[in-house]
Amino acid sequence: MTDIATRGTRVVATTGGRSRHNGGGPRAGTIAAFLIPFFLPFVLFYLVPIAYAIGQSFLVVRRTGGQYGTSYTTFGGFDQYVQVFQNTEFWSSIGRIGLFGIVQVPVMLFVALIMALLLDTPLLKLKAFFRIAAFMPYAVPGVIAAIMWSFLYSPQLSPVVDLLKAIGLQPDFLGPGAVLWSAANVSTWLWTGYNMLIMFSALQAIPQELYEAAKLDGASNWAIAWKIKVPIIAPSIILTTVFSIIGTLQLYAEPAVLRQISSNISSTFTPNMLAYAVASGNNYQQAAAISVVIAVITFVLSFGFMRLTSKRAGL
Amino acid sequence: MSNQTAMRESRVSRTAVMALMFLLAIYFLLPIYFLIVAATKPQGDLASTFGLAFSHFDLFKNLGTLFSRSDGIFGRWALNSVIYAVLGAAVGTLISALCGYALAKFKFRGREFLFSVILGGVLVPTTALALPLFLLFSATGIVNTYLAVFLPSIVSPFGVYLARIFTAAAVPEEILESARLDGAGEFRTFFSVALKLLTPSLVTIFLFQFVGIWNNFFLPMVMLQKESLFPITLGLYEWNGQTARVSLLQESVITGALVSIVPVIIVFILLQRFWRTGLASGSIK
Repeated sequence: MTDIATRGTRVVATTGGRSRHNGGGPRAGTIAAFLIPFFLPFVLFYLVPIAYAIGQSFLVVRRTGGQYGTSYTTFGGFDQYVQVFQNTEFWSSIGRIGLFGIVQVPVMLFVALIMALLLDTPLLKLKAFFRIAAFMPYAVPGVIAAIMWSFLYSPQLSPVVDLLKAIGLQPDFLGPGAVLWSAANVSTWLWTGYNMLIMFSALQAIPQELYEAAKLDGASNWAIAWKIKVPIIAPSIILTTVFSIIGTLQLYAEPAVLRQISSNISSTFTPNMLAYAVASGNNYQQAAAISVVIAVITFVLSFGFMRLTSKRAGL
Repeated sequence: MSNQTAMRESRVSRTAVMALMFLLAIYFLLPIYFLIVAATKPQGDLASTFGLAFSHFDLFKNLGTLFSRSDGIFGRWALNSVIYAVLGAAVGTLISALCGYALAKFKFRGREFLFSVILGGVLVPTTALALPLFLLFSATGIVNTYLAVFLPSIVSPFGVYLARIFTAAAVPEEILESARLDGAGEFRTFFSVALKLLTPSLVTIFLFQFVGIWNNFFLPMVMLQKESLFPITLGLYEWNGQTARVSLLQESVITGALVSIVPVIIVFILLQRFWRTGLASGSIK
């Protein structure tokens, strides 16, 4: 990537240098004027909040003279983190989201990959239609998608429930065992097409000549897909996996909407919902510690996955 | 003969492939079709008629109810969403383009370091920032204002990343050199020469950021209490939580959901090629 990004930046020898000062490009002030409009808000709204959250997470609120004394905030070391790790609700939210991710991410990416490969073969007609149909959910905000699906899950309104009952089934999409997978389905619906398009774009960039030798040797479309195409687009598959892991750990909107119609989703269903619930209870330092832990887990998992897979794939 | 077998095989796999893709297409389109049907029904028919079949065509009546409910608050939400997303993405695209252009075309010390910080920023999910931002903004008093949602929305590290790649690919050094030799300053060169070459790429950056802001829910939910500042997503979420208590609200949630997704879907289909450019460069990563 760095290769591509810097290709255009090689400095062309300046001709004459009449209008240039010492031939080395624009002045520092000019460069700063290009960078500051982005970097100022970036620092203020990305870096400062991160630093602030980390700072808050090391504070505790104590009271002087028992329960009715005045409260004051002081340095508490790792107290907040100890509390996070002793919180059973935190662990169950992590467990839930782990189960969700282990099932939902591979299923979604597998479907996306199959669709991308099929769209890349001559076997298929109506390609534009299928591509648009799959990508359309990306235009739908997560909240709206969850509201739409919650109607399709609702025992009173859902045509899906009606149809399943007609063939003798008794589906309960909002029951205690099913509701996690109902939420997973909303995520799958939203993001499959997006991931599919990333993979499909990578497939389109492969030069056709690469397949021709294989075709002359009599390789089937199937073999070409799995033995040639998939390994080539491995970086895209890794990228979509990393984005999916990040997205899963941040899950909020979909379960929050389903919570409005199902009593089987608690206010601490996902780590993010827990952080929000704690912050709503005015325990900002604890909420900050939870946010930091979620961020660290996200970071470790996504980088760990990238490391692991890029070594394996020899990238 | 073996040729014939191969042809039969390919016909079988063709049919199987088409069948599979149609099933998937139904899965992706079913909720949207259901929403369209439900938005045309009177509230009473929602539960009593089959969800995938039209009954009374009450779409216009539903739209009337939707936009007049609570003194037309839905129109206000729609306007807010447009303000946050269009204005935020426009400002965001401009500052991303300036920064990405500088990172691609100017040589200065610390450039690669700044770029890695931005790449790190791409991996930071915006939901992770919302709570710390709330704590910070409560200290400065901009919580519960337009700015609380607008300001964080203009920052898009991914936009800078795209701008840098696109600039490197689409703006040849020679053209910039000749503009400079004509005596144009760096800003004039950027605005009069580079921006024109970058226009298609800027549309891509704008679209990604627009959808990001339009779909955002957690940030406004954390920041806003005043209903009149809500974007559509937050407004419909609140309504959806009240359907049990407020009569006929369910129909308004359905109609409102449809109204909120139709314009974006149309823009999507019209501007398809820009998505593919962006996603293709995303996959270079």
